[in-house]
Amino acid sequence: MTLDHDQVEIAAIVEDQADRLLRDAITREVLAAADGGVFDAALWQKVSEAGLPLALLGEEAGGIGLAPRQAFRLLRLAGQHALPLPLGETMLFAALSGTSGDAPAGLALSADGVLQRVAFGADVAVVLLAEVGGWRVVPASELQVTSEGRNIAGAPRVTLTATGGTSLLLPGWLARSAGEDPVLALRACGALARAAGMAGAMRRVLAMAVDHAATRVQFGRPLARFQAIQHMLAAAAEESAAASAIVDSAAEAWGQEDFVMRAAVAKSRAGLAAGRVAAIGHQVHAAMGFTQEHDLHFFTRRLLSWRDEFGSDAEWDGWIGQRICTAGGGALWQTLIDATTTVEREARA
Amino acid sequence: MLGFDFDGVRFPPAAEEARTRIRAFLEAEHAAGRIVPHRGTWSTFDAGFTRRLGEAGFIGVTWPKAYGGQEASSLVRFVITEEMLAAGAPCAAHWVADRQSGPQILKHGTERAKQVILPAICRGECTFGIGMSEPGSGSDLASVRTRATRIDDGWRIDGQKIWTTNAHNVTYLIVLARTGEAGPSRHEGLTQFIVKVDSPGIEVRGIQDMAGNHEFNEVFFDGCFVPDDMMLGEEGSGWDLVTGELAFERSGPDRFLSDFQLFVALVDKVGPTPGRMSAVEIGRMFSELSALRRMSTSIAGMLDEGAQPLVEAAIVKDLGTSFEQALPETARRLVAEEADRETGEVYGEALAETMLRAPCFSLRGGTREILRGMIARGIGLR
Repeated sequence: MTLDHDQVEIAAIVEDQADRLLRDAITREVLAAADGGVFDAALWQKVSEAGLPLALLGEEAGGIGLAPRQAFRLLRLAGQHALPLPLGETMLFAALSGTSGDAPAGLALSADGVLQRVAFGADVAVVLLAEVGGWRVVPASELQVTSEGRNIAGAPRVTLTATGGTSLLLPGWLARSAGEDPVLALRACGALARAAGMAGAMRRVLAMAVDHAATRVQFGRPLARFQAIQHMLAAAAEESAAASAIVDSAAEAWGQEDFVMRAAVAKSRAGLAAGRVAAIGHQVHAAMGFTQEHDLHFFTRRLLSWRDEFGSDAEWDGWIGQRICTAGGGALWQTLIDATTTVEREARA
Repeated sequence: MLGFDFDGVRFPPAAEEARTRIRAFLEAEHAAGRIVPHRGTWSTFDAGFTRRLGEAGFIGVTWPKAYGGQEASSLVRFVITEEMLAAGAPCAAHWVADRQSGPQILKHGTERAKQVILPAICRGECTFGIGMSEPGSGSDLASVRTRATRIDDGWRIDGQKIWTTNAHNVTYLIVLARTGEAGPSRHEGLTQFIVKVDSPGIEVRGIQDMAGNHEFNEVFFDGCFVPDDMMLGEEGSGWDLVTGELAFERSGPDRFLSDFQLFVALVDKVGPTPGRMSAVEIGRMFSELSALRRMSTSIAGMLDEGAQPLVEAAIVKDLGTSFEQALPETARRLVAEEADRETGEVYGEALAETMLRAPCFSLRGGTREILRGMIARGIGLR
């Protein structure tokens, strides 16, 4: 009803193929190795050969041209498999720069020339840098690593300085959506990528907890039979559902002037849900989910990291709240409608 | 089990037209002083407002033209209802009829019931209440004991209902009664009847709630006659009918916009230059509300396509009522002002009304515990 039939079919095929690819390729060993901050080039090659980084780039520019919602659902899928690679960054870079290269890319926001905590900053071929004056595309040859670090999911977050690069015009819709603030514009894009990843990781944590509750027996019955467990997991399912729904809502606004507000709302709501779902996932799994041996932490540590990247939920809440208060109570209702009413476009911009 | 999807729906041009029309209607009502924004909008009963709303063509819009409707999409109805809630309009007189009783009669009623009742609902002249709960039957609905016994040309109803909202104001109640054995599933032998409240053999006694409002009632049936053609569906189909209307009852914007006017008053109270804490809390509530509206519109789209998204509806109701209950709590942390129903000050009054109603949000229409049980079943736990 909201997408034309062919698009739905293509999207379903791409999603199905990606699901199989990620399920087979991302083994426990791969995730454990990634925890050491290692960039898995072989895995990147597979993801890149499947065309995933080009999902959001239009066909005319050499991309796959999925409907934005479907493209961001691929990032949700990546989160569901804890893909330890900068797929979201690269997908956004391709779509925003209109280039169809398949080398890994980074996104950086900087107020002072220092590029803080760039995902896989020492491994990416190029960084899209947002500064007060505009955007720059900086190739690896013009980036210097200042210090290497990792987030609490073990993924590299590297501080860089940039010496050159070529300026890149923001797409008009995005610039207008961000009130001509280049840093806000890129932060919102990154925020939605993280929100989509969180939505996927939440789905996985919920599925793991439901499976665990069905099989783990205590007091002579499966945990799933205890009402306290049922209600905790129902609450987690609600949170996870809200996150998926709001991420879709923001993704549908890609290319439109309400994008930044919707991305802000998505990051805020998904971040709120992430903390709750991670906590419930652990409570249900009990001690065994708190160990390195169990897989749960691969997902919950990502949830806890991603909710703070490209603006935490509280930071976005503050940004949203400021705008709402400035506009006053009389504007609140229309703002809510504008932020959540879906308008499918006839053609991709 | 990986979770739920709430696909987006495209609002048809007719829905946006309806938004313009209902806004104009509400503004005119407001300007003429016929309505003032109420807290607890859909629980404020105002028969005059409902009649004017019906005359203006805003009730039963999705129903066939033959029965007074306009054959509009559910999204048109969605827009009309959400605009009324956001404006704080007093909607209780038509809420139940428009939301679930009318659709139920349209789907399962006899031809006479449809012809007599539906056009009158559309005109805003005919109002409904739901007779499900009983003294011994709250969340455990399968245990109802009110009995319908077959007699010549119809049924006689004996028993008692409780918590029947607006029974003292409405034209009809839809009464769930036992007509046979419960069976091993406990869900057999129940039937729904459309009962005229001014029938002989019915007595209504009011119950004041903690806010001092009279919405609830006890209803006593003593040999109350219901003609055959006021039975809904087949004899014994009551359980399926009740379950079928839940997706309508639970997924709508009334589950997260009841106290929207408090949110508006809070934003104005905080003012255009909020401190960080106020901005963060208000932004967070806005995000929660956004997710709820997205999910609720998505369900309207599912209902339009004939689906029965019961678990999704339960998710919206539980998240929605949790949000509504948290709103006054958050407001208290941001504004140092006491709740007060008598000063006439907008914020303090909105806070007071909401706090005094909030406990019932997660009780009426399925308690939080029942909803979470349904969701647990939906994700494969039961």
